[in-house]
Amino acid sequence: MTAQAQRPINVAQTRDAVPISSRVHWIGALDPTLRTFDIILKTANGTTYNAYLVRGQDGVAVIDTVKEKFSDEFFQRLESVANYDDIRVIVLNHLEPDHTGALPELMRRAPHARLYISHKAQRMLKGLLKQESFDFTPVTTNDTVSLGDCTLRFLNTPYLHWPDTQCTYLEEEAILFSGDAFGCHFCDPRLFNDLVGDFRFSFEYYYAHIMRPFREHVLAALELIEPLHLKIIAPTHGPILRDQPARYVARFRELTEPRLKKESTDKTLLVFYLSSYGNTAKMAEAVYAGASEIEGVRVSLYDLEGGAVEPFVDLIEDAEGIALGTPTINGDATKAMWDLLSSLVVINLQGKVGAVFGSYGWSGEAVGMLEDRLRGLKVRVPVPGIRVKLIPTEEELEACRQFGRQLAEIMTDKQKPKVIDFEDL
Amino acid sequence: MKAELTFADIGITVRVPAGTRVIDVSEKVGSTIVYGCREGDCGTCLMHVIKGGENLSQPSVLEDKVLKENMAGKQFRLACQAQILGNVTVGPA
Repeated sequence: MTAQAQRPINVAQTRDAVPISSRVHWIGALDPTLRTFDIILKTANGTTYNAYLVRGQDGVAVIDTVKEKFSDEFFQRLESVANYDDIRVIVLNHLEPDHTGALPELMRRAPHARLYISHKAQRMLKGLLKQESFDFTPVTTNDTVSLGDCTLRFLNTPYLHWPDTQCTYLEEEAILFSGDAFGCHFCDPRLFNDLVGDFRFSFEYYYAHIMRPFREHVLAALELIEPLHLKIIAPTHGPILRDQPARYVARFRELTEPRLKKESTDKTLLVFYLSSYGNTAKMAEAVYAGASEIEGVRVSLYDLEGGAVEPFVDLIEDAEGIALGTPTINGDATKAMWDLLSSLVVINLQGKVGAVFGSYGWSGEAVGMLEDRLRGLKVRVPVPGIRVKLIPTEEELEACRQFGRQLAEIMTDKQKPKVIDFEDL
Repeated sequence: MKAELTFADIGITVRVPAGTRVIDVSEKVGSTIVYGCREGDCGTCLMHVIKGGENLSQPSVLEDKVLKENMAGKQFRLACQAQILGNVTVGPA
């Protein structure tokens, strides 16, 4: 590290750009009073909106902007190191408003600059700017733009964490402008990871809420990022990672592993239920018993009345199937069941098998409601749910056992290919 | 006229009236094709056409644009747009 880089830094006391390498400046903004980001994320000390300026022989590139409210700070920092006429390139790695808030004004001030965005960002950009007549160049992995003596290379990294997200690599400086990847909501005016306070909790929290649902996409992005020579990772939120940047890439790789280790090759079916009078409980036990008859499936039965839903999230991530049993109360499924389902937004459920059953007194809407929610969560619901009016008969319990067997057979691919008529769906 | 739509991911074939959109079948049958906007805009429901691509309706100008934006090859279509005209086998992209 250079002596210059180790000097104390307090960007809260200045509106100047901060050098992060010989060609690159940080021109972002601090938001230290923020406590809740985008309704869903908490932060103990705010966040930063990181934007960067790259100066090459043939002009300047601006990489990302800031939330609109912080435009003044962004433009002051930009003006401290460049004229608007110098700006030839604007790169947007991610179009969320906290990074594009200052974009319309930047485009007005730098009309000759060309915009570089991912292919998936095109329609989003139109929605954001609410105008049709502007030029941009859609780019993908290994497309480049030259600033004379330096080259920006794009990496298409969708779903980290929006469909449009990409990273931009400055080859000559080995700097990865990573968008929201490797970022976190942590505000420290010392800016660099070797100078700021301990932000590890924030890095982990950000990954868990923002990146974890897109595990497969994180793995695909790591395939592009891991081979890069990296001196600095420059994300859009939180500290700039110049000390051992590879450590953060390695941590992302570790975090893509499921929280729980697979214990066997058996498929896992988790049966959750709630029961007011014991009827849905009886159904749950029958589903459990039926599924347990099928070899190759480990079946577990849980009464949600007995505990909080959070601990089940990791278990569900690792399972191949979930069956939910709920009574209908006041025309709705039970709160604990909704709580469980709303907790699952942090994991990827695509392709898991789901099923719903339940006893009801009058109307019995809950089963259909939960089936719809499961489909909304991209869970397969291959077997129509079972509704039983009040106390299940022996025939109805046998139907529940058959329901369990069928689910287990689907999960273990024991079901033969089927041909059905559309009308029967 | 009936046509057969097979979902390779779940091993189910559905006999459907010609002209039915893939989305109307795949959601009911529990295929793992994923949907976003459902109106041909977001590209989320990109599906892999494994067999019988010629038996799907031609892509509209809108679908064509989205396919190009997603750099999708000839074997890919949007499940929310493609109509089934003959026997076809599909799966998630």
